[in-house]
Amino acid sequence: MTAAVPVIRLQDVSKTFAKVGVASYVAVDRLDLQVAEGQMLALLGKTGCGKSTIFNMIAGLTEPTSGVVTVNGRNPFREFDWFRGHMAIVFQSDRLLPWRTAVQNVELGLEMLDVAAEKRKATAMAWLDKLGLRGHEHDYPHALSGGMRQRVSIARAFATDAKILLCDEPFSALDEMTGRTLRAEFVRLVKENGKTAVFITHSINEALEIGDRVVVLRRPANIALDVALLPETTPEEKESIRHRIQGVLAA
Amino acid sequence: MTTLQESSPSWSMAVSRRALTRLLPFLVIAALWQLASLFFPPFLFPSLVDVFKRCFEILITWSEFSDVLATVGRILAGLAGAFTIGAALAVVMVRSRSVNEFLSPILTLFQGIPALSWVVFAIIWFHGIEPRIFFIMVMTTLPAFTFQVQGALQAMSRDLVEMVMSFRPTRARLFRVMIIPAIMPDILTAWKVNLGNASRVVVVAELVGATGGVGYELLQQQQVFDMAGALAWTLQLVFFVLIAQRVLTLIENVAFRYRAVSERTL
Repeated sequence: MTAAVPVIRLQDVSKTFAKVGVASYVAVDRLDLQVAEGQMLALLGKTGCGKSTIFNMIAGLTEPTSGVVTVNGRNPFREFDWFRGHMAIVFQSDRLLPWRTAVQNVELGLEMLDVAAEKRKATAMAWLDKLGLRGHEHDYPHALSGGMRQRVSIARAFATDAKILLCDEPFSALDEMTGRTLRAEFVRLVKENGKTAVFITHSINEALEIGDRVVVLRRPANIALDVALLPETTPEEKESIRHRIQGVLAA
Repeated sequence: MTTLQESSPSWSMAVSRRALTRLLPFLVIAALWQLASLFFPPFLFPSLVDVFKRCFEILITWSEFSDVLATVGRILAGLAGAFTIGAALAVVMVRSRSVNEFLSPILTLFQGIPALSWVVFAIIWFHGIEPRIFFIMVMTTLPAFTFQVQGALQAMSRDLVEMVMSFRPTRARLFRVMIIPAIMPDILTAWKVNLGNASRVVVVAELVGATGGVGYELLQQQQVFDMAGALAWTLQLVFFVLIAQRVLTLIENVAFRYRAVSERTL
């Protein structure tokens, strides 16, 4: 599927990891993928299929072995600093700094952008409030539950107002109820704030719940299925898509 | 506010028992010493009253107390120098494998050289007293500081570093928001450990190569067989170490209050 205005573009991208003493391991194999502005892409695949490698390449944390990755027309690995404030990440685990309170953790990205202390704090407090953490602003991470900590990490990502949001299975470690509530809040916030998001998951339900486009990956990472989920997609059509995804994953 | 539990007799008894348990070893040693002082001449076992009198005299006599301050200054200067150099070396060693492979064996070699050998080298190589002592202090504590800071840097959570890096910090910001807070607990532990080592080394250095300080004063006491004086001067250094350790513990309690404390401790 080709998007109208691609914000994220991977062209013929491969990533191979060399291992001492054994054959090198191909994680991503000649992948072509484009993500349009404002799109919410759910990247679905089995564990070890190369989802996180794709994620790291888009985030600029690792470089492709071959092919080209561009975000906003720039190379996220080589022009790493340019993306300060343009891209935010929600990780699988909350990754909160234990020596910082909830509000100080949310302020982290804003500190990198040289936002004045007062404005920084006001923004962080507002995001914690939006995510239902009023009264916990000055708690240290160890005093918060898993769900609350993940809310703080979502607030941290949103606080910088980056237009591109990368999420690496952020709700997979949470219980079903907390995960579902947070997912709904997350989708609402992404839509409200007009973000372009790439959401990595290994759960079919989560992909169908979150994405307005679902890309299923085979191993090594390459597109096995690419489907759009429109607002008018009926539950029956979603069910049919689910069966197709299950079939692809089983194969 | 005093809680009901805190004011209850069982609580105060528990506190008293704990205090007594901690003091008991010192009380036993003091009692045995005092007992020995009744049977042996003062140059072997002086009365503890005489020792504490000498301690007090040192504290109120400026010419003597300035010797204590000189020793404290030497310890702190030596530790600060060793820490600064050690931290810089550790950063380079973590960043470059080849530097690490080059420096690690050298520092390990330094660790094997006795403090007294460094004293002899310093006397041969340097003229002034202060450069000699500074050199000895640095060389004896540098390897430990370097390895401790290196270990702390290597033990930093990769997940947290990646998270901070995802915000594209400048190098200075990365240090301020991530690296320094992450390694600070290990740095304070390193200071605590090296403080004890440094206080022992400084006495040896002053004993052989100085004309002032606690080590030099100990030498004077030895020459006149004044055991009370020797003990009194030793206690000055012990007091300093205890005070410094207490200050470091207070810093730890304030700076690391974010740490979760399990009700069921180790």
